[in-house]
Amino acid sequence: MAFAPFLIPLTALLLSLALFGVFVSLAGADALAVYHSIYRGAFGTWFSWQNTLVSAAPLMLTALCTALPARLGLIVIGGEGAVVVGGLAAALTGLILIDTNAWLALTGMALAAMLAGGLLIGLVGWLRHSRNVNETISSLLFNYISIAILSFLVIGMLRDPETLNKPSTHHIGETHMLGALGETSIHWGFAYGVIACVILWLLFKRTTFGFAVDMIGGNVRAARLSGLSVGRNIFLVCLMGGAAAGLAGMVEVAAVHGRANTSLNAGYGYEGILIAFAARHHPLAIIPMAILFGGIRAASGLMQRDHDLPDATGLVLQGMIFILLLASEAVFARLALNKGFKA
Amino acid sequence: MSGEESQWLTVLIAVLGGAIRVGTPFLFVSLGECLTEKSGRINLGLEGNLIMGAMAGYGVAWITGSAWLGVLAAGATGVVLGFVHALLCQQPRVNDIAVGIALMILGTGLAFFIGKPLIQPTAPHLPALHLGAWSDNPALRAALEINALFIVGVLLAPAMAWFFRSSRWGLAIRTVGESDDAARAMGLNVNLVRMLATMAGGFLAGVGGAFLSLYYPGGWSEGLSSGQGLMAVALVIFARWDPMRCLYASLLFGGAGALGPSLQAVGVTSGYYLFNAAPYVLTLILMIAASSTKVRSGMPGSLAAR
Repeated sequence: MAFAPFLIPLTALLLSLALFGVFVSLAGADALAVYHSIYRGAFGTWFSWQNTLVSAAPLMLTALCTALPARLGLIVIGGEGAVVVGGLAAALTGLILIDTNAWLALTGMALAAMLAGGLLIGLVGWLRHSRNVNETISSLLFNYISIAILSFLVIGMLRDPETLNKPSTHHIGETHMLGALGETSIHWGFAYGVIACVILWLLFKRTTFGFAVDMIGGNVRAARLSGLSVGRNIFLVCLMGGAAAGLAGMVEVAAVHGRANTSLNAGYGYEGILIAFAARHHPLAIIPMAILFGGIRAASGLMQRDHDLPDATGLVLQGMIFILLLASEAVFARLALNKGFKA
Repeated sequence: MSGEESQWLTVLIAVLGGAIRVGTPFLFVSLGECLTEKSGRINLGLEGNLIMGAMAGYGVAWITGSAWLGVLAAGATGVVLGFVHALLCQQPRVNDIAVGIALMILGTGLAFFIGKPLIQPTAPHLPALHLGAWSDNPALRAALEINALFIVGVLLAPAMAWFFRSSRWGLAIRTVGESDDAARAMGLNVNLVRMLATMAGGFLAGVGGAFLSLYYPGGWSEGLSSGQGLMAVALVIFARWDPMRCLYASLLFGGAGALGPSLQAVGVTSGYYLFNAAPYVLTLILMIAASSTKVRSGMPGSLAAR
């Protein structure tokens, strides 16, 4: 049974690919050729690998926003809002520091974005703890409030008058953009994502803080009786999750758009939630999951061009994989019931 | 009448019309979500139902030439998505929030995929009553063009309130929503009741989608929904799980949504995005207040227990 944690999701993945094959066949495409395009577009060449890893970068960070609070038994779905406020804070900081050097500007942008996203989700955690406000709903509401604030600011006082079609802030300056890793076209955001996943894994696995969090997640009353400050830990964990998603917003601004605009609201937050669940809230498992779904994002263009399929094809495939991965949780649970299998 | 006064009147009339037009899909998704949540489960995937409903409703209306058959088809797709949601959620360790988001992605993807050929053709619209015929103000006449589905929704709200309060099935749903154990002790099949409630809620959300494509804004395109399905969850909390308050809340959200464009029409261009956020801020304040004053919030017990 040692392989079950890998075997069950893998089976779910293969099943969803089979289901997707039937679906595209019904739509008149050649399923095997579509699989081949997905492979080529996502992992077939170095060029497609680079696209995949670039798409995976924000997904890793937004997944952490759900995965960390989940260790406490909280379901936070505010990644989208944290990306938005993080991106906004990053753009503002970038504009303030536009006359300084790139290192200072980028550091300032990253810190501001993490602070903004962290405080947003930290507030969600605090409201949960001190006022018993359901964290799922409040974080959903904060998504909408954040998007409204972003729209208000980029259309109003922060707007660069030259951005006609898509109102945006002023550009943070080409020399202050987040660069690529070596000779690749993969920007530093990918490294941020991997580093964040690894550090947070170590933090939760190897420190007393992580132990305290797991204890609160396991039994709040026992944790409280042993003297742990539940509220403080809830706030800190939510702060870290929000900071990760806020950093995703900074990466989008500093490495991709150069400005803050409504492109920040691109669904990374919602996809991140599902990646966190698919990775069973394990920070290290988030990395391959994010790469998988980044690959599907990267391949959807090729799939569309090669087979004349609608651009929503990638979305259908994502939906099918998520549904079956979530359903596979039930198999884990059944195993646990029947055989005392520790999932 | 002075110029400024008539401007504000224009805004007022546009908000009134918007409350009805923009509020109707809100009304259907919130009643659907209310029904599902009363049984103790959250369906965050109603956005998928809404978009699938809009697409299926438009397609079937175009093929058959009957807008009402389209509404029925939209409801049917909602039932199917609701069935999938309920089937997955009743498995052990499967989280209903995650399943909802996954179904939202899948439903949206399927609707865009299948609906690609529907962007061009024109399907018949749902009929409307011209309640403003007495007035010679064109803006008021437009605002009082009441769609038949809105009237259905308005009648449905008190009907659902009665259903919860006074019918045997309503009691069954409420019991399941309050406590699994109590429901089992009464001999109810908890999973079955939740499944039926989720499917019926899905039907209503699908119908809300048909309103989008078959009346207002009308037509099928990928930008048709602006997140009304996701907001259903917030609306139901705002309405404190009461169908009648769902009606008022939907009108309020609809009016708030119409405030921006109508202010823009009279020259107020910035600032209205903040008005768009007003309903969410209000919901949040309501949640904070309800939790601190120990007032019974109306939340079903099995939702509160987690």
